[in-house]
Amino acid sequence: MKKRYLVVLLILLSITSLFVGVTSISPLDLFRFSDQQTEIFWQSRVPRLISILIAGVTLSISGFIMQQLSRNKFVSPTTAGTMDSARFGILIALIVFTSASPFEKMVVAFIFSLAGTFLFMKILDKVKMKDPIFIPLVGLMFGNIISSITTFFAYKHDLIQNMSAWLQGDFSMITAGRYEMLYISIPLVFIAYIFADRFTIAGMGEDFARNLGLNYKQAVNVGLVIVALSTTLVVLTVGLIPFLGLVVPNIVSIYKGDNLKNSLSDTALLGAVFILFCDILGRVLIYPYEIPIGLTVGVIGSGIFIYLLMRRRDYA
Amino acid sequence: MVEVHSVSKSYGLKAVVDDVSVNIEKGKITSFIGPNGAGKSTLLSIISRLLSADTGEVLIDGQKVNETKSRDLAKKIAILKQSNHLSLRLSVRDLVSFGRFPYSQGKLTKEDHAFIDKAIRYMELEDMQDKYLDQLSGGQKQRAFIAMTIAQDTEYILLDEPLNNLDMKHSVQIMKVLRRLADDLGKTVLIVIHDINFASVYSDYIVALKDGKIEAQGTVNEIITSLTLKQVYGMDMSIQEINNQKICVYFS
Repeated sequence: MKKRYLVVLLILLSITSLFVGVTSISPLDLFRFSDQQTEIFWQSRVPRLISILIAGVTLSISGFIMQQLSRNKFVSPTTAGTMDSARFGILIALIVFTSASPFEKMVVAFIFSLAGTFLFMKILDKVKMKDPIFIPLVGLMFGNIISSITTFFAYKHDLIQNMSAWLQGDFSMITAGRYEMLYISIPLVFIAYIFADRFTIAGMGEDFARNLGLNYKQAVNVGLVIVALSTTLVVLTVGLIPFLGLVVPNIVSIYKGDNLKNSLSDTALLGAVFILFCDILGRVLIYPYEIPIGLTVGVIGSGIFIYLLMRRRDYA
Repeated sequence: MVEVHSVSKSYGLKAVVDDVSVNIEKGKITSFIGPNGAGKSTLLSIISRLLSADTGEVLIDGQKVNETKSRDLAKKIAILKQSNHLSLRLSVRDLVSFGRFPYSQGKLTKEDHAFIDKAIRYMELEDMQDKYLDQLSGGQKQRAFIAMTIAQDTEYILLDEPLNNLDMKHSVQIMKVLRRLADDLGKTVLIVIHDINFASVYSDYIVALKDGKIEAQGTVNEIITSLTLKQVYGMDMSIQEINNQKICVYFS
């Protein structure tokens, strides 16, 4: 897959995304929008596109970083409890500060998702059986435990309905004023690029890293902060988007290898293309209604995940 | 010179390395031999600061290892541990490039690329430098890892069982490369090795360990004797001289 094709695909899909929706806005109208069209375009379509792109890029890169640091191809924010922990954090924020501001929610959710991810990494250290398929199962179980705790407290505090909004990723609620927090994750992409070599070296093991004079713990910590923060921001603004951080890096790894510095741009591009495609699909399949992104990505992503598992069996 | 001063390391009650003192000559190949569990690999890990000693100290060119910055040490000493199981798909060239990390911190300069090219040429990996490691055979993979160590351009090179899982042809090839590293480039090579005939033929000095202690150390001629080896391994060996090289026959 050439990067050029990905870029062209991304541009085409982006334009499509801007002009698909219940209110018909045609590219031909571009210079003679009615007031209503202008408003929908700037208040809904553009924010939606931007948030899709940011979510796709950051979740895919997060997945790649996690797979390197955990040395397992099947670990991602979905299969390591990161997303579930972030959701738990949102719940706690809602309980503790009754009307939590977005910023308070973000901080609490970030602390929880970081703690959850650290805990998972600790469990990983303790687990003797390093079977590549066993580890993500542990992570999924871990995530489910946290998720049950979340449900329990949500039920007790009558917040179930509230929480379900964060269960299923959905871009249809994105409007101007409700997604800008995602911009915080853009600098994270640059930090990821600067640290790319360190993540890859850390992915070769602690001894390996120390031999090269790398501060292993620091690299791991920076990586986990990037992962936890970008996951939190996506969960908070869009909701859970499962398997994206798993599927995209694995596909890139097959054709581009695991040297993060080389693969980062492809991962970002493919992540954006993949999620944009899923979103457009969800919007046209039962038009004028919409299938939430969490569901489309979940179905397509888990299908690819199964394929990757089988493929791994074959050559591992 | 590497100086090891009464280093001990224990896990629980078991002393894995027990009051070991040894000096390692510059520009030579020193082999660490001994039965399983003698503490050879642990000692190598302590010398290269991958493990810290409980007591005692290691000095490299007069500097204490545990007081030197890890980043500076990475330019002086390189260690390759056994069984390099990589789950990452990296090309040979990428792997070798990481050997330059202590110098480049990620940004490869022209000079770094020159070192990388040289290391790849040295290990005769030019044809396969763009291949992924998981496409290579065990011997080729081992060569790629050694190339990375060469690119690291350190004075001291420590290899933990570099011949593990290699056939004779590749083992000889690797040992010849190590010989050249010492003779042509003046590198100091420390290896943990199980096959005592490879140790006998290719090294300058031998350090024999047993139960965490040094049983014997000296030149090849001093160590490869029936008496010493009996003490180390607890089995009878006859030593034959073939082409001026001492060969141990231990098949009884």
